[in-house]
Amino acid sequence: MIRVRLSLFICLKFKNPMLKRIFRFYYDGFRKMTWGRKLWGIILLKLFIMFAILRLFFFPDLLKRDFNSDEERASHVLEQITNP
Amino acid sequence: MYWNKLPILKAMLESIDMSLVDWSRGQFALTAMFHWIFVPLTLGLSFIVAFMHTIYVRTGDEEWMRITKFWMKLFGINFAIGVATGIILEFEFGTNWSNYSWFVGDIFGAPLAIEGILAFFLESTFVAIMFFGWNKVSKRFHLTASWLTAFGASLSAVWILVANAWMQHPVGTAFNPDTARNEMTNFWDVIFSEVAVNKFLHTISSSFLLASVFVIGVSAWFLLRKREVLFAKRSTVIASVFGVIAAVSTIVTGDSSARIVAREQPMKFAAMEALYEGQTHAPLVAIGAMRTDTTNLSYPRENFIFKIEIPNALSYMVFLTPSGFIPGITDLVFGNEEQNYMSYEERIERGAVAIQTLKELKKAKERGDEIAYDALREKFYDPIWIDQYYQHFGYGYYKGRELKELIPNVKMNFYSFHVMVVLGTHFLIFTMLVLWLSLKNRWGKHKWLLWVALITIPMPWIASQAGWVLAELGRQPWVVYELMPTLTAVSRLKPVAVQITFWIFLVTFTALFIAEIKIMLSQIKKGPGGE
Ligand code: HEM
Repeated sequence: MIRVRLSLFICLKFKNPMLKRIFRFYYDGFRKMTWGRKLWGIILLKLFIMFAILRLFFFPDLLKRDFNSDEERASHVLEQITNP
Repeated sequence: MYWNKLPILKAMLESIDMSLVDWSRGQFALTAMFHWIFVPLTLGLSFIVAFMHTIYVRTGDEEWMRITKFWMKLFGINFAIGVATGIILEFEFGTNWSNYSWFVGDIFGAPLAIEGILAFFLESTFVAIMFFGWNKVSKRFHLTASWLTAFGASLSAVWILVANAWMQHPVGTAFNPDTARNEMTNFWDVIFSEVAVNKFLHTISSSFLLASVFVIGVSAWFLLRKREVLFAKRSTVIASVFGVIAAVSTIVTGDSSARIVAREQPMKFAAMEALYEGQTHAPLVAIGAMRTDTTNLSYPRENFIFKIEIPNALSYMVFLTPSGFIPGITDLVFGNEEQNYMSYEERIERGAVAIQTLKELKKAKERGDEIAYDALREKFYDPIWIDQYYQHFGYGYYKGRELKELIPNVKMNFYSFHVMVVLGTHFLIFTMLVLWLSLKNRWGKHKWLLWVALITIPMPWIASQAGWVLAELGRQPWVVYELMPTLTAVSRLKPVAVQITFWIFLVTFTALFIAEIKIMLSQIKKGPGGE
């Protein structure tokens, strides 16, 4: 029910018939999906683990995090590669 | 010598905890290898699907639609599970290999950004049209989406392979000593370097081969069960035509890869053939078993338990004449004046000079000593100095370390190369046989051949992974060839931090892999008729 309302709402919002058709195309595609649902579940779970857990807690971009400017970064790396 | 002024550098180098480098490498290898389970099937299957789809659109035969839909479904499963697994490699660059990421800056940044954008458009548009488009858009438009998906997938592989090729053979760039980054001087030199072009062709054709073997194998399962016979036979014909072409092209591009490796990375070449002493009329070891200690330089000849050799073949392969000299590991390490190979000792000295120059440049800048700074900076733009010193930059880090650290793992290289070649030969014979029998309408009559087809399914994955093992282990210790070794590239983290993520990855990827296999098997069992 909520889905149908959402679809109607968005269809009304898209005044441009082309955009409306594109939206309908994706919307129907997802709605009629059978075996693909499980895959979407996996994709979303995977993206969640990757970005919300791994990226956030385990994989900071060190140079971006620890330094404010490219000059500082360059100086740090120079230090590292000449004093390994 | 400059080196005497560098006791701190020496002490620090010796104190580096190798287990950090090892864990970081292990973590990267694990993620890259898992990622590479999905990629080649996506690359190859997308084209096979596009061919099948084309036949359907041209003939209007409903059976071809069923065939297309079935393989498209398997493509979809593999795509969904594999998609974005490569982004983890990017995370690792920023966290575990931050020095390296900075050092290669431009070269990696641009290709990966292009790849990201391309993949996004590919996924959100063409793939969606391919799956949702049946009876919704015109047949031609739908078919175009299938082809664009296939080309888009290969195109997005271009960039990462170009980046890898640059690491193997850095060209088209100049090192900027102020920023500590390599800057692109010629985009075309980077993307059209011989290494990059060949790497792309070999990777793509081996991926097409992998997908062909997959389609032939899965179809063989249907034939063994006497289910969906027309579907299975038609799929096999398409896959075997594609497979024969891909097998020939894989071998031809593999052969030129080897020639390029011989020229640009002689140590990798010597390692993959386990050639310790250089020679003219060098034989090619067709198969062999090696002894355990392969990095013992004092016993260079006693490295095989047994081997079968093809006389002159190695020299011939590289120079197209048997009199070509192929340097062995000892020629490269200890030098060979006659053949113009500089010893590693000498290269280490020269590399140390280059490192020291960079260090002094930094100090001069900090002191505000403009005269000294300008003079030192000029060196990095002087072709003669670059040729004499900077070219050996990475070797400088090995001052005071054991020379054998500069030798890749010979056994791993030897076996991965030979596994790839032996399997490549098997695939050529196999796909030719399948095609021939299919054309005579006799494919499926011999049960044992169907079993061979089934057993062959995982083999291209083994060959493909072996290819990467060779490409990546063969260039050790270099991350950027002869400029930056792994021990400099790595971020100084606590090894335990790297270990934790290693195990997280292992668990996550194993789960994904199990999901892939399970979902694939259940869809295969349902067959082309099932939803
Ligand atoms: C006779 C056959 C073959 C030869 C002579 C050959 C040769 C080579 C060589 C020399 C490399 C290293 C290139 C480098 O380090 O730059 C390589 C890499 C590779 N090979 Fe093969 N190969 C053969 C068959 C195969 C087969 C059958 C597959 C997979 C189905 C395969 C997949 C790969 C992959 C994925 C790589 C890594 C990417 C690259 O560096 O090109 N190769 N091959």
